Amino acid sequence: MAIPVLMPALSPTMTEGKLATWLVAEGDKISAGDVIAEIETDKATMEVEAVDEGTMGKIIVAAGTDNVAVNAPIAVILEDGEDSGSVDMDAVAGSGGPAPKAEAKPEPAPEPAPAAASAPAAKKEAPAPKPAPAPAASSGERVFASPLARRMAEQAGLDLGQITGTGPNGRIVKHDIEEAIAGGTGKAAPAAAPAPAAATKAPAPSLGAAPSPDVPGLPEFDEIPNTNMRKVIARRLTESKQFAPHFYLTVDCEIDALLEVRKQLNGKLDGEKVSVNDLVIKASAQALKKVPAANASWTDEAIRIFKSVDISVAVAIEGGLITPVIRGAQNKGALDIAREMKDLASRARDGKLMPEEYQGGTFSISNLGMFGIKDFCAVINPPQGAILAIGAGEQRPVVKDGALAVATVMSCTLSVDHRVVDGAVGAEFLAAFKKLIEDPLTMLL
Amino acid sequence: MADTQFDILVIGGGPGGYVSAIRAAQLGMKTALVEREHLGGICLNWGCIPTKALLRSAEIYDHMKHAESFGLSAGTIGFDLDKVVQRSRGVAKQLNQGVGHLLKKNKVTVFMAAAKLAGSGKVEIDEKGKKQTLSAKHIILATGARARDLPGLEADGKLVWNYKHALVADTMPKRLLVIGSGAIGIEFASFFNSLGSDVTVVEVMDRVLPVEDAEISGLAHKAFEKKGMKIMTGATVKGLKRGAKEVVATIEKGGKSTEQTFDRVISAVGIVGNVEDLGLESTKVKVDRTHVVIDEWCQTGEPGVYAIGDIAGAPWLAHKASHEGVICVEKIAGLKDVHPLDVKRIPGCTYCQPQVASVGLTEAAAKEAGYELKVGRFPFMGNGKAIALGEPEGLVKTVFDAKTGELLGAHMIGAEVTELIQGYSVAKTLETTEVDLMHTVFPHPTLSEMMHESVLDAYGRAVHF
Repeated sequence: MAIPVLMPALSPTMTEGKLATWLVAEGDKISAGDVIAEIETDKATMEVEAVDEGTMGKIIVAAGTDNVAVNAPIAVILEDGEDSGSVDMDAVAGSGGPAPKAEAKPEPAPEPAPAAASAPAAKKEAPAPKPAPAPAASSGERVFASPLARRMAEQAGLDLGQITGTGPNGRIVKHDIEEAIAGGTGKAAPAAAPAPAAATKAPAPSLGAAPSPDVPGLPEFDEIPNTNMRKVIARRLTESKQFAPHFYLTVDCEIDALLEVRKQLNGKLDGEKVSVNDLVIKASAQALKKVPAANASWTDEAIRIFKSVDISVAVAIEGGLITPVIRGAQNKGALDIAREMKDLASRARDGKLMPEEYQGGTFSISNLGMFGIKDFCAVINPPQGAILAIGAGEQRPVVKDGALAVATVMSCTLSVDHRVVDGAVGAEFLAAFKKLIEDPLTMLL
Repeated sequence: MADTQFDILVIGGGPGGYVSAIRAAQLGMKTALVEREHLGGICLNWGCIPTKALLRSAEIYDHMKHAESFGLSAGTIGFDLDKVVQRSRGVAKQLNQGVGHLLKKNKVTVFMAAAKLAGSGKVEIDEKGKKQTLSAKHIILATGARARDLPGLEADGKLVWNYKHALVADTMPKRLLVIGSGAIGIEFASFFNSLGSDVTVVEVMDRVLPVEDAEISGLAHKAFEKKGMKIMTGATVKGLKRGAKEVVATIEKGGKSTEQTFDRVISAVGIVGNVEDLGLESTKVKVDRTHVVIDEWCQTGEPGVYAIGDIAGAPWLAHKASHEGVICVEKIAGLKDVHPLDVKRIPGCTYCQPQVASVGLTEAAAKEAGYELKVGRFPFMGNGKAIALGEPEGLVKTVFDAKTGELLGAHMIGAEVTELIQGYSVAKTLETTEVDLMHTVFPHPTLSEMMHESVLDAYGRAVHF
């Protein structure tokens, strides 16, 4: 029997993705385990393996197709003895299968934090991409909303996934949309990407206050279509600034001692290097171990204090940034961190990170010191409770014992979600961090 | 010793009361119902049901009068008013017994007695002089309403009737004056008109069926006149001089007074809530004019005391009372998925000839509310089934919010529209937009196709007209 290959979900929150490339052509022989396609998800490119053997009968979704719904048929594999003439491949594709017949190589770890599970909702609104005939074979969980509520939400640019329904069985009804409009909640997440078809019909519900893109008098421009990553960045950071009340705490750390320790360490290593950033990660992890209240995340029901310090480190990559996670950083030595970071960063730049490698940290660090930035305020990476922004270490005049002196100073600004962490707790963390940075030997304790 | 302690006690056995009691019993509450006169209330005994029985006789009589146009011959046609009334009473009796059976089946304890509140959680009942006190955690007032008597226009049961008198009419008035053109007045006007009375309807407002959409009122007005009724709008009956066999009415219209003589008068000038003799005075239950004030869950000002249906105010409709009763009881029971009643989703039906039915906002009310509208109309003349039935007069009108496609209101006049309106009620309750209605397949050939066409017409897409 011919077997439909369905768009796999590479992470629990994935509802659609881009079919980047096909690695086999129609008519190719396939064995179980062969990599047959690459799929671009939110942030990474993943390989799709065949689980059945046979012959590639038909490629339904062409390479380069965006917004392919999870579980939509993307190809049909013919079993031995079948040929493309004898099988109605459209029928096979349409029938779908209860379970995806192709799986991502790694079984993605369930995302520990309930990250914006709202995205699927708005996506359902969008017509399925053309090549996928089935009306989005369950792209995420179904949102119950009345037709009127759906239309009103669309008109108001609201994301149904963000709105609580009060109708029968929690159905979203007109009243809920009116409340959401009045209360300014439920703004649509821009990354909840409307399919291309929708985009041409009506302007996608864009960021809350985004100005109309078509104001008169604009000079000529090039349009760079938003990648999945761009959309995710836009959505998550907008969400962060809208829902997480940010406040900022800044300390200056003298890092002459740290630089000296680093120099000594690197002198003892054979070719490997520990960077200032690796030490900042280590210090942050230890400070968070001391002040666990800052290693926390907001949910509507409770504040979660995490038992492990999993640090997301922002890495700039082409077209955006990604935050690979150093897990259990509180238990790792500087060299472990350095090695792991090097590997993660290099694979991040190649777009080869697995979802579990960049999802679900408990705290973030963003370092722009290498660009000469003195000091900046980072946007919290939801649902985390804080992010530490590291500026450049530079020589500055300081006052020591009543006299001017020169020291290498690095300004660090902590952005805090006030729902989770109060000022005093944030300050306590920064004090612990500063102590570790300025007296690096204490990191050994 | 019979039980005297209950979870819920309902005072009044009309469509509000008995439905509440059954729902409460279904939810496992120990329930009592106290009714002073007859189970089923006015609706079943003196309202909705027996009038429909009378109107059915009138309708068939009308058809017989026009038998020839259907290729039939009916010979000499006639009617016997006594038998028409008897049939109507028989229908009421049958259903009254049905309600008793339903209450019994659901293990609701029924007391045929008058009831009044007697302190917190206590109700004193009086069963033909035999008094006893019942207690209940929750008490629901569902005592309904009765005809309003205006000074000078009081019903006397002889020459001046209210609906109750008219339902058991002992004579066919040759000249009949109906005061008030709401549902009650116009239904009786329609009945006696069909059976041959000279009917004059006096309405104080500027149009008949004043709660309906103005366009529908206008069509109804024309249809009634075509059937031979005399309609006086913007007119008031100033006084009635009651003689031995006839009544001289002073009718004022446009500043001019005329005197007209009638054999009978039906007073249908509204209703008042039955708020008396319930012991409300010593409670915190608030009464505004003749209606008990309630919140969205039917709670009165007195903890543990609720009110539903006609006693709790407009619209005075049996289905509103039943629905409120269910909401009230489910809220008391702590059910989660309970929602307050949205008045804009309660359909209203008037069983005159032609019938009138509506739900939601009239075009004028929608405009006033600030909506930009799309209005659809489809006439019976364009519907195959209507023509086949010989009912080519009528209209289905739909009012949409142009911005969201919300069905704001639907208004219909013509044959069987009272059976059709629920389609739009479902649509409104499910919050469909015009798109869903357009995608709905309506069966052919039916009158309901006009409901589809009206929606299409609102968007310039009507096919058959």
